[in-house]
Amino acid sequence: MLKGNLGLIALSSLLLSGTAFAQEKIKVGVTATLEGTYTVLGEDGMRGHQTALNVLGKKIGDKELEFVVASTDATPDSAVRAVRKLIEQDKVQILLSPLSGDEGIAVKNFAKTHPELTFVNAASGAQETTYVDPAPNFFRYNMDGAQWQVGLGKYAYETKGYRKIATVGEDYSFIYTQVFGLVLEFCGAGGQVTNRQWVPLGTKDFASVIAALPDDVDAIYLGLGGADAVNFLNQYQQAGGKAHLMGGSIMIDQTILSSKGSAKNALVGTIAASGQADTWEDPNWQKFVKAYQDSFPESKRFPSPSLLATNYYGSTMALILALRQVNGDLSNNQAKLKDALAKIEIDAPNGKIKLDSNRQAIGTNFVTEVVDDGKGALFSKVVKVIPNVNQTLGYDPAVFAKIGLPSRTVPECKKY
Amino acid sequence: MARFIERHPAWALIVIIAVAVLLWLVFAIWPPGLEAAIGRKRVFLNAVLNGITLGGLYFLVASGFTLIFGLMRNVNLAHGSLYLFGGYIGYAVSTWTGSWILSFIVAFIAVALVGVILQLAVFRRMEGQDLRQTMVTIGLSIVFADLMLWVFGGDFYQVQTPAWLIGPVQLPLLTAIKSSGEPVYLQYPLVRLVIFLASVVIGVAMWLALNRTRIGMIVRAGVDDRDILAATGVRIQLVFVLVFALGAGLAGIAGVVGGTFQSLSPGEDTRFLLASLVVVIVGGMGSIPGAALGAVIIGLAEQLGSVYIPTYAIVVTFLIMVLVLAVRPQGLLARR
Repeated sequence: MLKGNLGLIALSSLLLSGTAFAQEKIKVGVTATLEGTYTVLGEDGMRGHQTALNVLGKKIGDKELEFVVASTDATPDSAVRAVRKLIEQDKVQILLSPLSGDEGIAVKNFAKTHPELTFVNAASGAQETTYVDPAPNFFRYNMDGAQWQVGLGKYAYETKGYRKIATVGEDYSFIYTQVFGLVLEFCGAGGQVTNRQWVPLGTKDFASVIAALPDDVDAIYLGLGGADAVNFLNQYQQAGGKAHLMGGSIMIDQTILSSKGSAKNALVGTIAASGQADTWEDPNWQKFVKAYQDSFPESKRFPSPSLLATNYYGSTMALILALRQVNGDLSNNQAKLKDALAKIEIDAPNGKIKLDSNRQAIGTNFVTEVVDDGKGALFSKVVKVIPNVNQTLGYDPAVFAKIGLPSRTVPECKKY
Repeated sequence: MARFIERHPAWALIVIIAVAVLLWLVFAIWPPGLEAAIGRKRVFLNAVLNGITLGGLYFLVASGFTLIFGLMRNVNLAHGSLYLFGGYIGYAVSTWTGSWILSFIVAFIAVALVGVILQLAVFRRMEGQDLRQTMVTIGLSIVFADLMLWVFGGDFYQVQTPAWLIGPVQLPLLTAIKSSGEPVYLQYPLVRLVIFLASVVIGVAMWLALNRTRIGMIVRAGVDDRDILAATGVRIQLVFVLVFALGAGLAGIAGVVGGTFQSLSPGEDTRFLLASLVVVIVGGMGSIPGAALGAVIIGLAEQLGSVYIPTYAIVVTFLIMVLVLAVRPQGLLARR
């Protein structure tokens, strides 16, 4: 009896103190790939998110942001499961999700079943997510995989003189989108893509894939990420591979360039394109790199933020700034917030970002080349900066629509 | 062999033809028509060799698993964690001392010790209670996975291949003849060959130890009937501890091997647990030759699948498992 009473008192005092001190909270659910092949990418994404909170703070007027994190493994069902859990169990009002391409398409479709909530894409980059039947409450402040390849095809053809290339990529939507952007530009310039190999996400043994690489090409394009990229490079080194390489946006990225072991050295000199370049001299970018470095001890971060950190930073920043514009007003199904998100232009570390009518980012792209800093650390050095890249890659929307959606075989290698 | 041919003449014929075709594919120069149909010979040979060498790695993991199961009838679902732990230990030792060979020894001893502790602290207390052991090992594997994530983080680790093993060697297998008449031989990564040879040596040593030594005799007797064995005065608990230590140690060695030609990261534990489960289901629970056969079959299926039917490569492994379960549920080389 006494015990019961005590419990009751404890409980009621807890409730009292709760009402007395708590500010009103805005609950935001965040997902990242903290398991599986893309673990390292998810972790660095979360570092970018944390950096944004350190820089911008969590206060929205008199309210405070509260974040609930859920883990996924880059598969669409894991993302939907995580988002559903965040909404139904944790009662979040806004989502910052997801990280990976297939997840993005699934979460966008799921967003339609919750039109009252707001979804801000964290880092996923499949074209379909915002290009086909976009959800009115889904906002993406990073470019898609094809936009991230703008400039690479021309640079390879014109400056490097590559005429024939082959591609190896993970078999899912984001890499399809990356290869789409590459092929469109490279073949448009007059190049040839002779062979496109697709490997399942999470492949460990690439030996046979490496053996099947053609030898009569000028360069091999690698569209791999996370553990897959590291495994590929390791086995490529063991097989004595010597071809010129080109890299996708998550291949030539600190997640791979900072991996342990010597296999990554095969990447020195590799050309790539991405939504960022490690050595860009823009003060805004340098400030972000500094903030990232200051937020974590050296052993718990990369020397320089990865693309994922930058994307999570950008999307967190867009969300916080938009929330501040409307003073945290989430009434009327968050109408004011959605309006603000659609209109906001952010000064992201990797250049100015604004949204198009599909709520897809228009931003800046970078062609890069991998360099060794002399102390054994690899960085992507900026070769070319291309501002104002939109989702149709500068094509007339009607022409772009005819190309088809990125897939294993689309686009054909020809000039559109 | 002779009895098999007498009893199943049709099957024997099929097997002989298959072996002949395989030998021809490996040694002959492919006619242009065949190359046009299924691709270059170099790719095929590489896929076959990769399958066999990957099978070597699978065998190292699965042999410990099947040994423990065979003797103690306990399905150790924390076996994948032992693999990953061994890999991390190997990585730490090889970066610290710079010796690749030493990393194997330390990984074997460290993981074998974990095995001893597991056997003494966990399995001994719940002998004969299959369900309880299974649940406890699942729980342990989750705890181990989180502990390792805590210590080593989500990063990828690679055990540094020693310099003398990096790069390819030329094998005496013809892949093509150039138009100038000059033969082209197959280039193959040396490290994979060495690792495969090592797993063959370990496999043969294990077979010899089981079939030619006194301790092996005791273990085999224990597999057949451990109550009678205990009644004859053998200290069965000591045998259990030894076998568990050996099985766990093998998983540790496999971890270093896996860390050398693939990479170590969270999630590898479940992948290798699944691989060894499939291997022993195909080969037969508790049988060492079965584990070897199963490992090679699964390795070949994965590699040939990834080259010739990349879209369905993942399914092939499980199709094989389903087929075996349907036709010969006890496994290909199981004794009962």
